[in-house]
Amino acid sequence: MLGLLAQRFLFGVATLWVVSVLVFGATQLLPGDVASEMLGQEATEEAKQTIRRQLGLDRPAWLRYGEWLGDVARGRLGLSLASRRPIAELLADRLGNTLTLAVATALFAVPLSVGLGLVCAAYPNGRLDRLISHVSLVLISVPDFFIGAVLVVVFAVSLGLFPAVASLPEGATAGQLARALVLPVLTLTAAMSAHMSRMTRAAVLSVLRAPYVEMALLTGAPRRRLILVHALPNALGPIANVVALNLGYLVTGVVVVETVFAFPGLGRLMVDSVTARDVTTVQAVALIFAAAYVGLNLAADVAAILANPRLRFPA
Amino acid sequence: MTAGDLETAPAGPRRWAIGLPRPTTAAVLGLVLVAAHLLLAGLGGWLAPQLPGAIVSSQSFATPGQVPPLGTDYLGRDLLSRLLHGARYTLGLASVTTAVGFVLGLLVGFAAAEAGGWTDVAISRALDVLISFPPLLLALVVIATLGPSIVVLIGTVAFIHAKRVARIARSIAMGIAAQDFVEVARARGEGSWWIIRREIWPNTLGPLAAEFGLRMTFSILFLSALSFLGLGIQPPLADWGLMVRENLSGLYYGVLPVLLPAMAIASLTVGINLVVDWLGSATDRDIAGELFR
Repeated sequence: MLGLLAQRFLFGVATLWVVSVLVFGATQLLPGDVASEMLGQEATEEAKQTIRRQLGLDRPAWLRYGEWLGDVARGRLGLSLASRRPIAELLADRLGNTLTLAVATALFAVPLSVGLGLVCAAYPNGRLDRLISHVSLVLISVPDFFIGAVLVVVFAVSLGLFPAVASLPEGATAGQLARALVLPVLTLTAAMSAHMSRMTRAAVLSVLRAPYVEMALLTGAPRRRLILVHALPNALGPIANVVALNLGYLVTGVVVVETVFAFPGLGRLMVDSVTARDVTTVQAVALIFAAAYVGLNLAADVAAILANPRLRFPA
Repeated sequence: MTAGDLETAPAGPRRWAIGLPRPTTAAVLGLVLVAAHLLLAGLGGWLAPQLPGAIVSSQSFATPGQVPPLGTDYLGRDLLSRLLHGARYTLGLASVTTAVGFVLGLLVGFAAAEAGGWTDVAISRALDVLISFPPLLLALVVIATLGPSIVVLIGTVAFIHAKRVARIARSIAMGIAAQDFVEVARARGEGSWWIIRREIWPNTLGPLAAEFGLRMTFSILFLSALSFLGLGIQPPLADWGLMVRENLSGLYYGVLPVLLPAMAIASLTVGINLVVDWLGSATDRDIAGELFR
């Protein structure tokens, strides 16, 4: 089992490494030259050469890549190309906001979807199961911003219950934050839970087909007991796998949803930086997102490995 | 064994057409939705009463029923005309990216399956790593570097398709490459390209048709999301995603300029998914389970 875990971990590290090469390569492809950009059009060739030497741009790319990676690993993210402010400063508040949004969504969406998935598995092809299956097909098919816009029209424009825009004022109170978060959390939940409940249903159903469950059924155990006592413990691993995989969706989900609601998080910083062609900031945010995504996928793999007794106790 | 046995591989497309299940009500609804959208994309430009960029009213967010049939957008442009013109960009760009990505992916996937050995291992590992990187992040990094031109959009989204299609094409082709009629062709001395073209390709059409539909919805949703973020098609051109973005801040003045383009996208993708679900029922795949972005 340790071998398998180590293999998955190495794969995660390899993925992050490829991401870092891609992200560093992006700066190399940048049209124009940093030195002329800093000094303006009238700079002399000597002045540009001096700047390049000072910045170390005259040295080979692989050497600079190594240094950049070392800096990032130590948390030195450098300056934003657009605003010339330290990137770490730009990230500070936004990382917290996005984490709040993501955690709130997870706390709401995970129990809801797992619960729905369990009910569907208990009564497969029943009325509720078919309803949820149709609703999920629609929810999976529509764009995230459509769900967001419909929620805004209903809850903000018509009913006036929640703000349509979740841009937080300086020093917002917990109450303001909670009210602002309702619609973004609902949007992400709608987009995410369709798939999560279907996958949970599949995971539980595959356990329910095992001979020992059939045996329990023959002893006359009621359906509730069958699901909660016999099937659920063995389905926990696959369900944890499903949850971790779907939480990975949040990494890209927040980008669109934060734009719909003008929420000051990492996703919007990413979009704004791409619009401004602020490559250094894009690099930093992309690395953070990629690390979160790879970490969640790794967690999903680990859950799947730990849940399988044959892998946990190799003969 | 006669010479005739050596020459003919099972004909893929014909079997596939016969193997289609009877269309369900949902499938018919899906086919109607898709056909309506194709018609709109083809004829929308002629049907539109106004040019998409023409400002027809001094009033922004005018309500429907006045001279512009569906009202106006945030600049006082005719909403109906913009919707009709936008169909072309949403559907056209999605089709081109899906097609390019599919061809690239098929070539790489089939080549890996046919080559085998170290080439196959190298390609498969590279695909694994590339697939475990979220597509939206990849697109954002590329667009930040190269800017949001149409060529960059097509290239990026096609690449995102290609890596997934390549993996599926490889696994399907592996199954076929192990069959007797391919062995026979190889024994006959046919080259790799001939085997891919004449033996493997015709037999993968069925499973790949459903995959094409899935990739198409992904294209539509992904390109719309990029446009919505302001990083896809740039004004004065407009697809439906960009129309949602442009009018979102005026939601309190008019709901239709936001909801209509968004519903146009949603009805198209729901329609395609209903058809794909029906196609997939022939090949016994859990299509709905694979719809995840």
